[in-house]
Amino acid sequence: MKKIWSTILATLMLVVLIAPVALAADDAAKATIDTGDTAWVLISAALVFVMTPGLAFFYGGMVRSKNVLGTIMQSFFIVALISVEWILIGYTMAFGTDVNGFIGNLDKIGLAGVGLNVLTNGTIPELAFVAFQCMFAVITPALITGAFAERMRFPAFVMFILLWAIFIYNPMAHWVWGGGFLASLGALDFAGGLVIHILSGVSGLTICLMLGKRRGYGKSPMLPHHLPMTVLGASLLWFGWFGFNAGSALGANALAANAFVTTQAAAAAATLSWVVAEWFHNGKPTILGAVSGCIAGLVAITPAAGFVEPLPAVIIGLVGGVVCYFAVAIVKAKLGYDDSLDAFGVHGIGGTWGAIATGLWATTKVNPAGADGLFYGSSDLIVAQLISIVVAYVLAIVGSFVLIKIVGLFMKVRVDEDEEVSGLDLSEHGERGYAQSFVAGSSFFDTSDGSAMAMQQNLHAGESDIK
Amino acid sequence: MRKLTKIDIVTRPNKLEELKEALNEIGVQGMTVSQVYGCGLQKGHKEVYRGREYSINLVPKVKIETVICEVPVKDVLEAAQRVLKTGEPGDGKIFIYDVENAVRIRTGEEGDKAIMDEK
Repeated sequence: MKKIWSTILATLMLVVLIAPVALAADDAAKATIDTGDTAWVLISAALVFVMTPGLAFFYGGMVRSKNVLGTIMQSFFIVALISVEWILIGYTMAFGTDVNGFIGNLDKIGLAGVGLNVLTNGTIPELAFVAFQCMFAVITPALITGAFAERMRFPAFVMFILLWAIFIYNPMAHWVWGGGFLASLGALDFAGGLVIHILSGVSGLTICLMLGKRRGYGKSPMLPHHLPMTVLGASLLWFGWFGFNAGSALGANALAANAFVTTQAAAAAATLSWVVAEWFHNGKPTILGAVSGCIAGLVAITPAAGFVEPLPAVIIGLVGGVVCYFAVAIVKAKLGYDDSLDAFGVHGIGGTWGAIATGLWATTKVNPAGADGLFYGSSDLIVAQLISIVVAYVLAIVGSFVLIKIVGLFMKVRVDEDEEVSGLDLSEHGERGYAQSFVAGSSFFDTSDGSAMAMQQNLHAGESDIK
Repeated sequence: MRKLTKIDIVTRPNKLEELKEALNEIGVQGMTVSQVYGCGLQKGHKEVYRGREYSINLVPKVKIETVICEVPVKDVLEAAQRVLKTGEPGDGKIFIYDVENAVRIRTGEEGDKAIMDEK
């Protein structure tokens, strides 16, 4: 018996010893794939994935209890909707062969021909890049939902988001990352300040202006119903953001580490500055302020993460927290629009600041593929950044306006007054986030109940009538 | 049938246990307690969400309802005030009503028998 065991053990050890040799041989065949880079990008894709459910909790806690499921459903449903859209058409529109700097052609429709190829100019399989970018395409429209929370009909939401992903997100991703005209212009956007945050924030502002305020806005209080849920969501967002920014290095390398540190620096600095601003301005430091601040900092550092050094990242965060705080606390109140959960105030404003800051503090010391910003002796970059900010604003405003009008031709966009009063959980989804044990009601097919039986009999009678 | 009297007490939630004990001591055993919100002289407080201020003037309270017949109303009022009075706005109110009748659902007993503890 002992002999058999030692034989097995020896065989196993041999296998283990030989295995690396076999792997190395495999590597030689696909010389350009780096396993460390690939592992990091795949993990980063999973980190970015968890941001969207995190966003669902972040937003879900901030709405009133009657809308918690409707709000969470919007983000969660987008994960499904846009993942399928991305594989079918999104990837090829954004990253297919460039057509006149405007859009990718359709040669990779349905991921045709991607196979197990190595990413062009990369060290990872193209499919890892597809997965990573898929999560970006998912979270961007989900960010918009904060602006029109608590009042948009679900069918209109689905149609709008799908059109938005196809006609606004995919082209913009191509312009900046897919070899389009903004990339040729020299605009820098490391992980998506322009493509993701300006685009979603400004689109959100456009839609909330078109839909109008929630009924009773400004008169009856609309308080967050579950701030601990919001804190949980913000923590998941912060966690996932390491994949978002450091993963955008597309490799497990020093650039990724730089993006990781700048991300933490800006998020922490903005949390401090938002809380302090609020403390001075309103008298109390709040947890909603702390989590809003961290998101503002994360947004602001997103375009800059792989181009700036850690100290400028602290400044970008400090300024981002204060600017976003005043955007939501003062500017929004003065202008009177109802951006329910501050998609514009945090993502639009924070993204704009981040894109400008990239033009100020970017340095080729961090990233030779980048450029030097204004504080490092070159003004070309800041000009390119400003032009691309304007382009992103125009695309978001005009595009969202046209798409909402188109959706409005086919269906009602906003819920009716009584639906809005009873809440979207009931009107759109027929379910409730929080059970009330004493609420009466019987199962339709509960045969122990006389009236239900009568109802069933009526149903059967109805059927026979039809026959 | 002896006269039935209903007493409603609306007061601070943190006084509930003390009040229950005081009422039990004078022989009031049964009561219904609800969590309620109310406004009155006591000012509410301010809450701020993302820089937007809300004045929250509905204050959480408890409402204790009890129907008595054996225990004198005066005793209940004395016990309640002794326990609940702090002298600050927000101590609450006591309301006293005549009750026409009462029914114990389990036995069908009516009037004072319906609310008295079985001995």
